Amino acid sequence: MRPFAYSSPGDVAEAIASGGETGAKFLGGGTNLLDLMKMGVENPAHLIAIGRLPLAGIEEKADGIRIGAMAKNSEVAAHPLVAQRYPLLSQALLSGASPQIRNMATVGGNLLQRTRCFYFYDPSYKECNKRSPGSGCAAIHGYNRIHAILGASDRCIATNPSDMAVALTALDARIIVRGAQRERSIPIHAFYRLPGDTPEIENELRPGELITAVELPPQPAGRRSYYLKVRDRNSFAFALVSVAAMVEMGDNNRMREARIALGGVAHKPWRVAEAEEILRGREPGEAVFQQAAAILLKGSKPHRYNGFKVELARRATVRALLSASENG
Amino acid sequence: MKPADELTRREFVGVTAVAATLSDAVANAATGPTPPNVHYSLIINGQTHEFDLDPRVTLLDLLRERLHLTGTKKGCDHGQCGACTVLIGGVRVISCLTLAVTQDGARVTTIEGMAANGVLHPMQAAFIEHDGFQCGFCTSGQICSAVAMLSEWGSGMPSALSPGGSAGELNDAEIRERMAGNICRCGAYPNIVAAIREVQQSTAAERAK
Repeated sequence: MRPFAYSSPGDVAEAIASGGETGAKFLGGGTNLLDLMKMGVENPAHLIAIGRLPLAGIEEKADGIRIGAMAKNSEVAAHPLVAQRYPLLSQALLSGASPQIRNMATVGGNLLQRTRCFYFYDPSYKECNKRSPGSGCAAIHGYNRIHAILGASDRCIATNPSDMAVALTALDARIIVRGAQRERSIPIHAFYRLPGDTPEIENELRPGELITAVELPPQPAGRRSYYLKVRDRNSFAFALVSVAAMVEMGDNNRMREARIALGGVAHKPWRVAEAEEILRGREPGEAVFQQAAAILLKGSKPHRYNGFKVELARRATVRALLSASENG
Repeated sequence: MKPADELTRREFVGVTAVAATLSDAVANAATGPTPPNVHYSLIINGQTHEFDLDPRVTLLDLLRERLHLTGTKKGCDHGQCGACTVLIGGVRVISCLTLAVTQDGARVTTIEGMAANGVLHPMQAAFIEHDGFQCGFCTSGQICSAVAMLSEWGSGMPSALSPGGSAGELNDAEIRERMAGNICRCGAYPNIVAAIREVQQSTAAERAK
């Protein structure tokens, strides 16, 4: 690990001022950043530990709930406001990582964990446009079983590993960030970027900006949800494919609204408006869910070793929607 | 120094660790001056310790290399195996991905702090009773993790199998899910599960009295 200067500011303004310096990084729970520093992938000159900032609260607001950026993943999953009103988020969080990591990892850090693949993680591979822009992509011609099938570019085919972000995308969460000048609220779908020509830039944060909270809009009555995660082992593994499914039931067993977000398939959680629109006003059922899945996965571009993900994502989408609609 | 064949394993590891630290220092010389040390304190197994160290020191390395509390093991050093699990304020975390400096003032409990007045913690006794290990390398982490897991269960913490919160009986599937952060390459899992089950049941029975 390269040497770094260390500070642990006590207030947000001070943290943001330091965060704007070249080479500065905020440290939340450390479960991804510290690991990447050990690998020599991240080399901050200044590490700003933000554990002392008063950002760990979870509170009810007139228009939903606000989750502080430093709340731990396990605290969020267990909090009654989340577990009762947003069970999709609790379920997604509990399917991620291990109990120890959930006790350490923060909401802000979870959002900012690097979109990654094992070639990115290992500097002994010279090619990685995310690690060294312009160096190429070892995964495109390598062992790309876990990689993206949607929204990738010829520069990067890594996937975002966060389960929480998949649920937050289905829930239309907003990310609250503070910079030196002002606070901004960014809808999560606009917060993450696809790789394009600059896979090293994964989100819309500007230098020095700090995530202070995540806000969730209120949950209308009649919503049912399900988080389905498919992986190589039963627990403590990234998703090959995951699905956050939510349906809001109206009159006569017809869906007023449906939402589907996919994890493990793209550089960011994957949502397609048309796939949700065709479900509006329809009765839940396998045939209509198959139609939605087909639209959701349109344009899939698998690589040599991950062709199975297209079919897996299709079946997982149908199953998650069926489970959600039966989850009354 | 004694001849190599008289060195204990621990002494040998100590000597090579010093050599590794020196070569690290040489490698780092190229990247500019090392930033100043940071002062902090930790309460480890009930005893307060003061440190003045490079901020890069992880809690795991601090425990093993500075305090010689070598019960906590370094397995993968990347948060994947759970061998380095310790408790901070009673909560289980992995010490390899924790910078010690970030825990200034915290209470840390390691496997060395589990026994009280020479009597094994019930979880330690149950691991012996049920043969919950073969090589023993993951055992400290398993025991620390299991102790905290039972207190999580007692306080209603949900899991992937019970997202609504802990309730009813802590069955084997729950124990396995809740212990998923601790890997045992010898595969002693059935006996580890049996040990944890016994402690949970006897604690529940004790409470019911």
